[in-house]
Amino acid sequence: MPISFEIPERIRQNLQMTEALASGIMRPDARYYDEHEHERPHTFITMTWPVMRDQQKRQLDRMTAQARGEVPEKKREGPGIIYLNMVFTFEMLSWGDVGQMLCMPTALLAGAAIEAVGTPEQKERFLRRFAEGDQPVWGAMAMTEPGAGSDTSAIQTTAVLDPQTNEWILNGEKIFCTNGKLALEESNGIVVVWATVDRSAGRAGMKPFVVEAGTPGVTIEKVEIKHGIRASDTATIVLKDARIPYDNLLGSPEVQRRDTTEGFKGAMATFDASRPLIAASAMGVGRAALEFVKEKLAEEGIEIPYGKPRHALSAVQRDVLEMEAQLRAAWLLTLRAASMLDHGLHNSLEASMAKAKAGKVVTWVTQKAVELLGPRGYSCEWLVEKWMRDAKINDIYEGTGQINLLIVARRILGYSSRELT
Amino acid sequence: MISFTPTDEQQMLIETVRRYATHNVRPVAHDADEGGAFPADVLQTGWELGILPGNIPEALGGLGETHSAVTGVLAYEELGYGDLSLALHLMSPALMAIPLVLDGTDAQREEFMPLFLEETPPPVTAALIEPRIHFAPDDLKTTATYENGGYLLNGHKVCVPLAEGAQWILVYAWNPDAGQVDGFLVRGDAPGLTVGPREKLMGVRALPTYSLMLDNVRVDAACRLGGEQGIDFRRIQAHSRVALAALGVGVMRGALEYAVDYAKQRVQFGQPIATKQAIAFMLAECAIEIDAARLMVWEAAWKLDQGQDATRESYLAKQYVDQAAVMVTDSAVQTLGGYGYIREYPVERWLRNARGLATFYGLAIV
Ligand SMILES: Cc1cc2nc3c(=O)[nH]c(=O)nc-3n(C[C@H](O)[C@H](O)[C@H](O)COP(=O)(O)OP(=O)(O)OC[C@H]3O[C@@H](n4cnc5c(N)ncnc54)[C@H](O)[C@@H]3O)c2cc1C
Ligand SMILES: Cc1cc2nc3c(=O)[nH]c(=O)nc-3n(C[C@H](O)[C@H](O)[C@H](O)COP(=O)(O)OP(=O)(O)OC[C@H]3O[C@@H](n4cnc5c(N)ncnc54)[C@H](O)[C@@H]3O)c2cc1C
Repeated sequence: MPISFEIPERIRQNLQMTEALASGIMRPDARYYDEHEHERPHTFITMTWPVMRDQQKRQLDRMTAQARGEVPEKKREGPGIIYLNMVFTFEMLSWGDVGQMLCMPTALLAGAAIEAVGTPEQKERFLRRFAEGDQPVWGAMAMTEPGAGSDTSAIQTTAVLDPQTNEWILNGEKIFCTNGKLALEESNGIVVVWATVDRSAGRAGMKPFVVEAGTPGVTIEKVEIKHGIRASDTATIVLKDARIPYDNLLGSPEVQRRDTTEGFKGAMATFDASRPLIAASAMGVGRAALEFVKEKLAEEGIEIPYGKPRHALSAVQRDVLEMEAQLRAAWLLTLRAASMLDHGLHNSLEASMAKAKAGKVVTWVTQKAVELLGPRGYSCEWLVEKWMRDAKINDIYEGTGQINLLIVARRILGYSSRELT
Repeated sequence: MISFTPTDEQQMLIETVRRYATHNVRPVAHDADEGGAFPADVLQTGWELGILPGNIPEALGGLGETHSAVTGVLAYEELGYGDLSLALHLMSPALMAIPLVLDGTDAQREEFMPLFLEETPPPVTAALIEPRIHFAPDDLKTTATYENGGYLLNGHKVCVPLAEGAQWILVYAWNPDAGQVDGFLVRGDAPGLTVGPREKLMGVRALPTYSLMLDNVRVDAACRLGGEQGIDFRRIQAHSRVALAALGVGVMRGALEYAVDYAKQRVQFGQPIATKQAIAFMLAECAIEIDAARLMVWEAAWKLDQGQDATRESYLAKQYVDQAAVMVTDSAVQTLGGYGYIREYPVERWLRNARGLATFYGLAIV
């Protein structure tokens, strides 16, 4: 397919519905949930659950059917648009309100890990709950620990096999787990917990375990009080002699082996899919801020001209044009990273490029927006100050800006993670 | 459907131009910059690539299926990667040919188009920039006044590439009767037209550029590009911004490639400097800027090919490249440390050239 920037018709149709939700439900509620930090955005959750459930059901049914070899994989004409559609959706929902967006009832990162390395049996057992019922269900991923943030290989949570009962016994503390409380206490959800079966083995010892809601020994110790994305649930999970069945260790026996990093690599590859989504989310917040600034400036009679040399622009015009150019640049990087996934291409370089750029740009753009609107920008009367607080998380989670730069740097220099630390 | 893959034909074009840039242009770029010109045989090989005729539609006598800005920017990036002066020199015939494709009347195309299909194109150029610190392309002081069935051109232009000995110069001027900027095809030897001495600029020093004085230069009404309608200057500007931006992407790519190699080889404190985040992150940021810039150029070019107004996209792309090109080439100089400052190494030339991009208007078109 030749170079094109034409948004597929199906995505455009989807976006109309998404936009209605974003502007009709999320925006009007955005300030409320910012001010009522641990309340749940019920309207948003209730409205999105049936949609997410049906979508997850279709995905799961397709996966299981394929695993059984029942239906031959449909010959599609050209690549799909699943990831493209997702980035457009994330962008629009985050334009509405990124805090609420993060409360979307889905398997999300847990689902991605299970899809990446889970066996067909595991997919069915863990993901079916996301595909049925009236009650929303959440999935979460717990990697980060107090002593292991960017350096995931430093995790200390342990998994020890009890040969008598054939159960894993998990011990440790996981922090900053998005939707951890929703998954474990407020729904029949799951958390993919990363633990080590052998601390001396480094990455090869790190394995993903599925912990289900209601597992004894698993408690939510704390939910964080945050700078932004306050509607989002960020939980501390403590695992104390938490016993889970042997088969909750994700992956085939091959993946589970102690001397390979296949499991780690497989699930790390889910970053290739999640980073473009976070980048897209950042873009939604950035677009919200830019549109708002332009609207307010226009009310003051300040128009943004396209075509004048920089030296002939006012400082405000120059800032706004710079915001717009930077957002566009980051957005196109995001689209490319997503499109590569749809084409089945390896995109970890491009995903990190998009994430690093988007995190940095949205942070700067929203800070600029507050600045450009003077005292009213700083006031909670408008949402720009909130967007600035919401934006910052995009340069932190799913790999900080620095970590994503590090990935890009290694790739362009041809260095391993040992050669460039 | 959103896609980032050039067609097979485009890919072939990219590779052809890249080979030329790598093997013919880059090795002589330093001497050309110092000496003020590229060797004639390098230029000749460049004409023979047929980039311009390939982008003139068959219907107008060219060799291409359609005129495509996307195809154009893919080739231009490679030329920019070779050398900015060379690229601007080689594509100077396009300064007249593409506006003819876009806005020329049938008669004008019939008369002039065959010139551009010769093996060696004619010496033609265009004049847009004027010597004022407040210069803006849509606020020209050069005027074209209608009088007795023709136009009288008056004004002062600078940065006109290859003006000396040019057969035709497309002069952009404010046309008060039409209330718009128009383009006029002026003979290089027209009475009243004086080509000044060759200019000395900070960069693009292998590209001969000149100032131009127009003192009551008279042209026939038929020399107004686009006839009675004149030109769509917005669109021409968009095509021009996209072209310059594409060249800038090539300049950046060349600079980063060089800096990456250097940083991996240069040992200080017992280790290659590339193993330090201060260097590695700077280079990573450059890589991101280059890819982002390229995508913006592609999007703007694609919009042009769709026949849509690409004023905004081309403008943002050009603004973006103008800044990114300086940032990236400066990072390359910085990576080389003291050597970066020495003319024997190419990075300082790329920085000088890149800085020109923000100043250039109408010096390239695709
Ligand atoms: C709201 C929120 C939600 C989150 N959700 C989840 C979740 O669902 N699941 C989960 O597992 N985690 C989650 N996280 C954790 C998040 O991924 C980490 O905070 C992040 O990876 C950074 O780790 P850290 O906070 O320990 O910072 P650190 O790793 O201590 O980093 C501190 C600073 O040092 C820099 N730095 C670190 N290493 C290097 C290096 N090698 N080179 C250069 N600079 C470096 C970092 O970029 C950063 O600027 C969430 C965090 C937040 C705040
Ligand atoms: C015009 C000119 C005049 C000069 N005059 C004199 C003079 O009179 N006397 C004299 O002795 N010298 C002089 N110098 C030399 C000058 O001091 C050196 O060029 C400078 O110290 C840098 O060293 P380098 O060029 O070898 O670059 P390098 O040391 O190779 O550095 C290359 C790049 O790597 C970076 N880098 C290096 N090490 C690290 C690190 N550990 N961490 C992060 N980044 C790193 C540098 O910042 C630089 O960006 C002159 C240089 C010039 C260009």
